[in-house]
Amino acid sequence: MISVPTTQVMLLAGVLFVLGLLGVMVRRNIIFLLLSLEIMLNSAALAFVAVGFHWGRPDGQIMFLFILAMAAAEVSVGLALVLQLHQRIHTLDVDQASRLRG
Amino acid sequence: MNLLFYITAGVAVIATLRVVTHSNAVHALLYLIVSLLAVALIFFLLGAPFAAALEIIIYAGAIMVLFVFVIMMLNPGGQSIGGRTPLRRPGTWLGPALLAVILLAELTVVLAVGGVTAPSREQVGTIALGQTLFGPYVLGVELASVLLMAGLVGAYHLARPEETSTDEGGKP
Repeated sequence: MISVPTTQVMLLAGVLFVLGLLGVMVRRNIIFLLLSLEIMLNSAALAFVAVGFHWGRPDGQIMFLFILAMAAAEVSVGLALVLQLHQRIHTLDVDQASRLRG
Repeated sequence: MNLLFYITAGVAVIATLRVVTHSNAVHALLYLIVSLLAVALIFFLLGAPFAAALEIIIYAGAIMVLFVFVIMMLNPGGQSIGGRTPLRRPGTWLGPALLAVILLAELTVVLAVGGVTAPSREQVGTIALGQTLFGPYVLGVELASVLLMAGLVGAYHLARPEETSTDEGGKP
């Protein structure tokens, strides 16, 4: 009934990925950096599901599950790093955390 | 029926653009939740309702709750909570609410036209998904469990307060 062309879904995934990449490059607040990372991971998952739909295989959705688990692990560690950064230098600006020795 | 996909894609792109360009972290989080809901609706349109449910439960539920916890602990931006309630000003919630209402209308249309089951041809059922996940990909499941365990231990280690990390002897 609904026939979504795979090319357009991949195009949407590309647009979302580029938006997330722009967010990582432009924003300097570490919370927004993590949000942009989530956007990029989500667009990659969208691409996997779209390709799995295109070929009629369950592998795309399985990769989506793995991306989900990886995103959960990544965001827990990343937010712990945010808390540690805020405890040490009392800011969320990643440019302030440019010293190699903390 | 391709129009549904285009509307959803537009909502996703607009919401994501607002996430990247917003200045307030909590408002950006609201827009990100709308973006995740839009992607979940695209999964549903693609015949993957299980992936759509997981997207909402884990991404828009669990991971966003983690972000809300951290933002509430840190309170960035210096805006004071309290005083005037932000709900009185519709500018804070009107944008995400409108986008979410659009998504809800689309979901209503999909369910009314295609029934409760998957709207498009569900090529890959949940049964086939589970059989493949615990068949050829069972090593990946084990690796994901190890990764989640490492994430748990790492988050616990990194989020400890400062004074307990000094007497352990290791460089933090």
